[in-house]
Amino acid sequence: MTLFDKFTALQEARQSLAEFGLTSVNVVMEKVISPTEAIVNGRSTILAGTNNYLGLTFNEECVAAACQALKTEGTGTTGSRAANGTYSAHVGLENDLADFFNCSSVIVFSTGYVANLGMISTLAGKGDVILIDADCHASIYDGCLLSGADIIRFRHNDAADLDKRLRRLGDRAASALVIVEGMYSMLGDRAPLAEITDVKKRYGAFLLVDEAHSLGVLGANGRGLVEEEGVEKDVDFIVGTFSKSLGAIGGYCASNHPELDIIRFANRPYVFTASPSPSIIASTRTALATLRRHPELKDRLWNNAHRLYERLEALGFKLSPEPSPIVAIRLENKEEAIRKWCALLENGVYVNLVLPPASPDGGSLLRCSMSAGHTPEQVDAIVDAFAGLPH
Amino acid sequence: MPTYENIVQQVIEAIKEIVPPGLEINPQTDLISDLEFDSLKVMNLMEDIEDRFDISIPLNILPDVRSVEDLAIQLQHLTGED
Repeated sequence: MTLFDKFTALQEARQSLAEFGLTSVNVVMEKVISPTEAIVNGRSTILAGTNNYLGLTFNEECVAAACQALKTEGTGTTGSRAANGTYSAHVGLENDLADFFNCSSVIVFSTGYVANLGMISTLAGKGDVILIDADCHASIYDGCLLSGADIIRFRHNDAADLDKRLRRLGDRAASALVIVEGMYSMLGDRAPLAEITDVKKRYGAFLLVDEAHSLGVLGANGRGLVEEEGVEKDVDFIVGTFSKSLGAIGGYCASNHPELDIIRFANRPYVFTASPSPSIIASTRTALATLRRHPELKDRLWNNAHRLYERLEALGFKLSPEPSPIVAIRLENKEEAIRKWCALLENGVYVNLVLPPASPDGGSLLRCSMSAGHTPEQVDAIVDAFAGLPH
Repeated sequence: MPTYENIVQQVIEAIKEIVPPGLEINPQTDLISDLEFDSLKVMNLMEDIEDRFDISIPLNILPDVRSVEDLAIQLQHLTGED
């Protein structure tokens, strides 16, 4: 018995994938050409699995802002926000986000994962209860585990099941924390937020919405599903990331609860992580301003999403439940998924391969994410690659 | 409130609904090594049991559950029948 024995099953699973022709789990991008194109295995490849929703990673203003910050503020902060790692730009980004979300306080984190880990594990503690949608992201599960609170799953997107579980809690429901996502990462489906806020208000519970995949994607101003559903005043905490629509890395929590400022100092993942580097903060601030100034980016993203969804549907693929920038092709078995994923890559299209248990219902997925940066010709090339797949 | 024996009986009934007919289930039956349940099957079983007892089973207890007996003991705590 050694420390490494626990990895045997994982190693065997990895080897079994090789038997199906999957020789490398990780795709290496040898050269990144644009938000939607890279060289992979020596071939020009359309990137259709990046979460680069607004295509801002090569935005000239964002790149220039990052370069300028590198020159004037250096490569890194070498410390956490609570020590030597708070620069005026960190505070500036928090103010920008508070203005964007029209809320009183925002905390900026170094990654989206740390944002969830920090907020959830600090808000809830031993003796508290957290109710999470069954399809929530791993960062939410990990935050729950770190909190020490009782973790209760409710059925995915099922407000009636949430209602039932809050009822079962009795008096504990009034301090329970409910967590859902604006748009779920695997299938691109949205939380029934109006119904969920109705339920949470009835019990007096708190609600945290993770808008990682919906910032810049949903809502008239790009503020996410909370804005689109008109429930901003009923949501206690919005958590999100800079690594998708804003093309950088980092995370945030926005809230109107005045207690957010004191939560900052009790938040161990925040206190003990080095703060985001100046170039990251600079490009993120510029990307946020770009998102606000250019609503046509969202329109372009949705046009591409509809174009891909409708054409794949016409080809007879079994798809995720609704058109969204995340278009998932659902397949019955992982052998078929691996074979098709390899064929797509060989034909110059990169999508995400999702195998059980990472997939929501035990099946396998070829997950595409669209970008405002995709041209209609690229979308058609993605469709053609799917159309040419062997049966 | 259900008795411990009643809890064991109901857990066995819930398991019998999702395993091949004729399989013998007893309090010592191991959900993973004997029944080869994957995480999805375990969660389906938990949802069925939650509705039977009108309770919610926190995920935190699952690492301590291997056998029918382990689960019954946890359910006894949750239903207040200590």
